Amino acid sequence: MTLPANYFDYPYRRPGMDHDRYPYSNLFKRKPVLWPSGARIALWIVPTLEFFPLDMAPKGVKPPGGLERPFPDYWNYTLRDYGNRVGFARLFRALESRGLKASVAMSSRLAERYPHVLQEVNRLGFELIAHGIDMHHIHATGIAREVEREWIERCLSTLRRLSGQPVKGWYSPAYSESGDTLDLVAAAGCDYVCDWVNDDMPYQLQTKTGSLCAMPHAYEISDLQIFHFYKYKPAQFVEQVMDHFDFLYREAAASGGRIVALSLRPWISGVPHRIAAVEQVLDRLARRAGVWSATGSEILAAWKAQQ
Amino acid sequence: MGKEDPGLYDYLPYYDRPKITWPGGARLAFWCAPNIEHYELDPPLNPSRTSWPRPVPDVLHYAWRDHGNRVGIWRMLDAMDRYGVRGSISLNVAVCDHFPEIAAACRERGWEFFSHGIYNTRYTYNMSEEQERAFIEDVKMSIRKWSGQELAGWLAPALTLTERTMDLLAEAGIIYTLDLFHDDQPLPVNVRSGRLISVPYSLEINDFTSLLQGNATPRDYTDAIKAQFDRLYQEGADNGQVMCLPLHPFLIGQPHRLRQFEEALDYITSHDKVWLATGREIAGYYLTHHYDAFQAAIAAGKKRGEA
Repeated sequence: MTLPANYFDYPYRRPGMDHDRYPYSNLFKRKPVLWPSGARIALWIVPTLEFFPLDMAPKGVKPPGGLERPFPDYWNYTLRDYGNRVGFARLFRALESRGLKASVAMSSRLAERYPHVLQEVNRLGFELIAHGIDMHHIHATGIAREVEREWIERCLSTLRRLSGQPVKGWYSPAYSESGDTLDLVAAAGCDYVCDWVNDDMPYQLQTKTGSLCAMPHAYEISDLQIFHFYKYKPAQFVEQVMDHFDFLYREAAASGGRIVALSLRPWISGVPHRIAAVEQVLDRLARRAGVWSATGSEILAAWKAQQ
Repeated sequence: MGKEDPGLYDYLPYYDRPKITWPGGARLAFWCAPNIEHYELDPPLNPSRTSWPRPVPDVLHYAWRDHGNRVGIWRMLDAMDRYGVRGSISLNVAVCDHFPEIAAACRERGWEFFSHGIYNTRYTYNMSEEQERAFIEDVKMSIRKWSGQELAGWLAPALTLTERTMDLLAEAGIIYTLDLFHDDQPLPVNVRSGRLISVPYSLEINDFTSLLQGNATPRDYTDAIKAQFDRLYQEGADNGQVMCLPLHPFLIGQPHRLRQFEEALDYITSHDKVWLATGREIAGYYLTHHYDAFQAAIAAGKKRGEA
């Protein structure tokens, strides 16, 4: 056996990344950031409300939580739908009663199907983030650029029209992008994306079409990773989120303001036996001095003003 | 293809073998092996293994790993500095080309650089002998260029090997391999020319197999590290042992894991009779003081018909 000679070509083996989306940057060599009122931590809570169509039949990139049993998969359809009927209400109340802000990522099909959910987002003053059309529309290589452009425009125009919000954040379903997604999302008027989990602070992305930043959408402490993939218990969720917070809180004293992002799906976190763990985390974070509860756009604006 | 055993080592009873002693009468040689890696966004295809679970660009998995080089490594270095633990880096040598400040940080600390191939997305599978020889030479030259060191140790990139790898390593003057997990002590490896030994690495208390694949919580992981240490330290009173702690900055450098990592380092470094060593130092000491006795014991066992 032998490999083709080009297996030993290393076209990007030089300083910098192996793509042109962003330059390398050491977090600890950047200028420290100051949050409003001298807060150490910007708390960015991202409830993620996803519509999983009954007829989705996942192929290619399979979204976590996707329906994979033979049609009709009522088991998984209704478990996900539960989050958009009951779980989100529980989660929103937990946020409201503690006076916390949130940026709610939502499938545009959900906004069309369940107007009440969107009304609640607006009533509570939460920011809306675009989370694709639904969990069957996965952005990935293989989707024609024009098709993807139409998906992004359909999603954003629906959410903007129904909510009256400018909708400046984009979170691709399943954190999946094609090579065009960033350009298309920037062209469609978004300011930030939530798919690049390679940093603990915002950073500027390069696009062909406009200014776009990556927001640090902490993946390892998302409920998706902690409960759905690692299968940890609620007490372990509390322990790890608090460890994450405590570490960044301490780091912020020396290195400037940090961000704690809580990525929560109501079909996971909004069930009765887990919600208490989420509430416990919210209580502990809300009572710490120097925690600034903010939306993604507010955090990004504060960060940008100092660059 | 088609042999039932690698043919790389002979049987040696665990409780009836020559006694290893370490410098200063240490019971245990402890070494820490951070994997300093880069996974290319769009690597060429090796017929035996795909690089990413999703189509390129696999933004989620790429970014998750990239966090290690932007953020995680700097926190890991800081923690290791505080406990006086030197690293022996399992290096994808292209990291030095892409991120020279990472290479400089490891060099300034006097850490050992050993090989983990060129990129973690360039696998050894299917290389011809000539290609593999040139590949090893590339790594040797790169390590010399970036560290001034002569390459001594090898952990195959992504643990991908050919049947010829061990012979070619010995031929290239490399003295230890980390790809064999058959023992807790260094042992001779049978190669067609030269001298090669295996040094214990670990796929048990490796953060990758433990935290990521084994669903260990940060506390579980620290408990496992301590238990591994306790048993080897105890057995080391009779016969010197080796303990390796393999790490990946994209995992151990996450905020919710660092306090636990520090606790593990604190535990290990608070014991006496622990030799805080590098892989090269362990291999060199064994070759000078114990290799011949082990070879003689293996030969005697063969003669008695034990192996």
